[in-house]
Amino acid sequence: MTKSTSTLNAGDPVISLHNVSKWYGQFQCLHNVSLDVGKGERVVVCGPSGSGKSTLIRCINRLEVHQEGQIVVKGLEMTDNIKSIDAIRRNIGMVFQNFNLFPHLTVLENLTLGPTLTRQMKKADADELAMHFLRKVRIPEQAQKYPLQLSGGQQQRVAIARSLCMEPEIMLFDEPTSALDPEMIKEVLDTMIELAQSGMTMIVVTHEMGFARTVADNVVFMADGRKIESAPPEEFFGNPREERTRAFLDQILKH
Amino acid sequence: MLDANPAYRQRPSRRMRDILYSESFRTAIYQIALAGAVGLLGLFLYQNVIENLQRQNIATGFGFLREISQFEIGETLIEYSSRDTYFRALVVGLLNTLKVSAAGIVLATLVGFCVGIARVSNNWLLQRIATGYVEIVRNIPVILQVIFWAAVIRNLPAPRQALDLWGTGFLSNRGLTVATPASDPAHLWMILAFVAGVALMVAGDRWAKRHREATGRHVDILWPGLALIVGLPLLVWLAFGAPHAISFPERKGFNFAGGSTVSPEFVALMTGISLYASGFIAEIVRAGIQATPKGQVEAARSIALRPRFIMRYVVLPQALRVIVPPLTSQYVSLIKNSSIAVVVGYPDLVNIGNTVMNQTGQAVEAIAVMMLVYLIVSLVTSTLMNLYNRLVAIKER
Ligand SMILES: Nc1ncnc2c1ncn2[C@@H]1O[C@H](COP(=O)(O)OP(=O)(O)O)[C@@H](O)[C@H]1O
Ligand SMILES: [Mg+2]
Repeated sequence: MTKSTSTLNAGDPVISLHNVSKWYGQFQCLHNVSLDVGKGERVVVCGPSGSGKSTLIRCINRLEVHQEGQIVVKGLEMTDNIKSIDAIRRNIGMVFQNFNLFPHLTVLENLTLGPTLTRQMKKADADELAMHFLRKVRIPEQAQKYPLQLSGGQQQRVAIARSLCMEPEIMLFDEPTSALDPEMIKEVLDTMIELAQSGMTMIVVTHEMGFARTVADNVVFMADGRKIESAPPEEFFGNPREERTRAFLDQILKH
Repeated sequence: MLDANPAYRQRPSRRMRDILYSESFRTAIYQIALAGAVGLLGLFLYQNVIENLQRQNIATGFGFLREISQFEIGETLIEYSSRDTYFRALVVGLLNTLKVSAAGIVLATLVGFCVGIARVSNNWLLQRIATGYVEIVRNIPVILQVIFWAAVIRNLPAPRQALDLWGTGFLSNRGLTVATPASDPAHLWMILAFVAGVALMVAGDRWAKRHREATGRHVDILWPGLALIVGLPLLVWLAFGAPHAISFPERKGFNFAGGSTVSPEFVALMTGISLYASGFIAEIVRAGIQATPKGQVEAARSIALRPRFIMRYVVLPQALRVIVPPLTSQYVSLIKNSSIAVVVGYPDLVNIGNTVMNQTGQAVEAIAVMMLVYLIVSLVTSTLMNLYNRLVAIKER
């Protein structure tokens, strides 16, 4: 952890991907992707299904292993060293499309598992921290329930709170609203907007273009495992450079 | 629609109709009818049997249980001779059934879990071997497997040429004979010390959990706990002057003297029924592990949980829920399978019940007793397992 801060200069990106490539067997799903994310920056990643968006952000906390290129998080390079993997994961929260809450634990236990086991917090402190974040996502009254007793939107907010309990500096979201009914999408997006306003560094894979417009500093468009284009939202939506980006936006903004 | 008709509403039979057409009334009626039918059938069968027995001049009732059995039993857990009653003979049989079932369940669970985990291992060879094992033990009838093991043991050398297990015991067609410590008063105290050690470890585990909750610091009590469990009996043993006399088996005539012997019938039956069950248990374990969604492990990784915490707090609790219910039925079926003991001559409940039946001619009563006993044993087993399962069930809406 000391290494991560010592090699980081002010203004350096907190996440830096350099020519990252990845294969599943013979199939190359990431082609030389490079991406820099500064502190407090919000990046939205979009692109057609199967274009490698999930794979890209899952490489950042090593749920997937990249084969070529470099991934550096806060000055610490991601290698197969378990110490650095651990240090990086502590600093990165991740929210999944399917929530992935632990169904056998109560909401409160879901939230305190990381703090007590990984951060070695006292149970009382962990409980307090968990309640703090449950209030942030506006469901403190659900603390003693089990995940499957909650609505999808509530479950996703619990998942966000669970990540926040690790007090990470970076949050990754992989299509956090794609599994939700329309009326629940807003409550989750609102939570994410508040998080963005608090200065969290975020990479969000989503097709919610309204969210991208209001929150993103940068929008990245991916196709076929390649980063096609990256621009601030006004430019990205108003004047996309690439033909494929335009085709994609036409399709997604039609309705 | 009918409600809208005021004339209908005023009819006095309205209440009656409500009852007649209500779901709960219908359900009750069907149940009463079914119970009545079953009762009548039972009565018919009972009278039929009684009439037949009376025609053949066979006494009915359970009075025979108090008569003297006049047969010996080769393997008993409690004192028994041919001058004891049929009742005691049946109890001996029941205890033998429980003995072979308990040992079988332990062996089947150990082998089943190991093979089940091997089935999902990344080691290609190990996985193939485990798969082959499962296919073989599951698909050969259990009775054949028991006969097979009996044949294997029968073909072992006689005691005179017994396989010498490096001085600790012998394997022969008389079963497995192993060296055991010569009996000594220290042993009782050592067992008590062992129990105390286990109790202390459990208490230590509770303390460690509270300590972790209070301070956030982990205390691993595994090694101190194991040290206690091993150390306390050891201390007692030393305090008693370290009695180390061991009764070694020796060849003597056509058999062995000293040591303890497990009978070939027991070994054959236990091996057969437990390996058969282990194949099914392995599949249950494999399914349980694979049923825990990949996303659970990914979520645990992304909050930086260490692998052993992921196994302990995320995967295992969920896998066990999937494993326990089918595991219960494997245990129950293993207990029932032990009733094929007669093919190798192991004196279990059915084997002895059979003898009792032949001697007394009271087939109906003897079979009723055996059925009742198996029913009780199986129900107790599944009740215990269900209780465990209810304790850990996932709460849904
Ligand atoms: N575990 C895997 N094994 C093989 N191929 C995979 C695996 N995961 C993803 N892929 C493939 O990699 C490509 C990128 O997938 P993904 O990153 O999930 O895309 P996206 O999130 O943009 O929809 C897809 O073609 C997908 O089929
Ligand atoms: Mg995806």
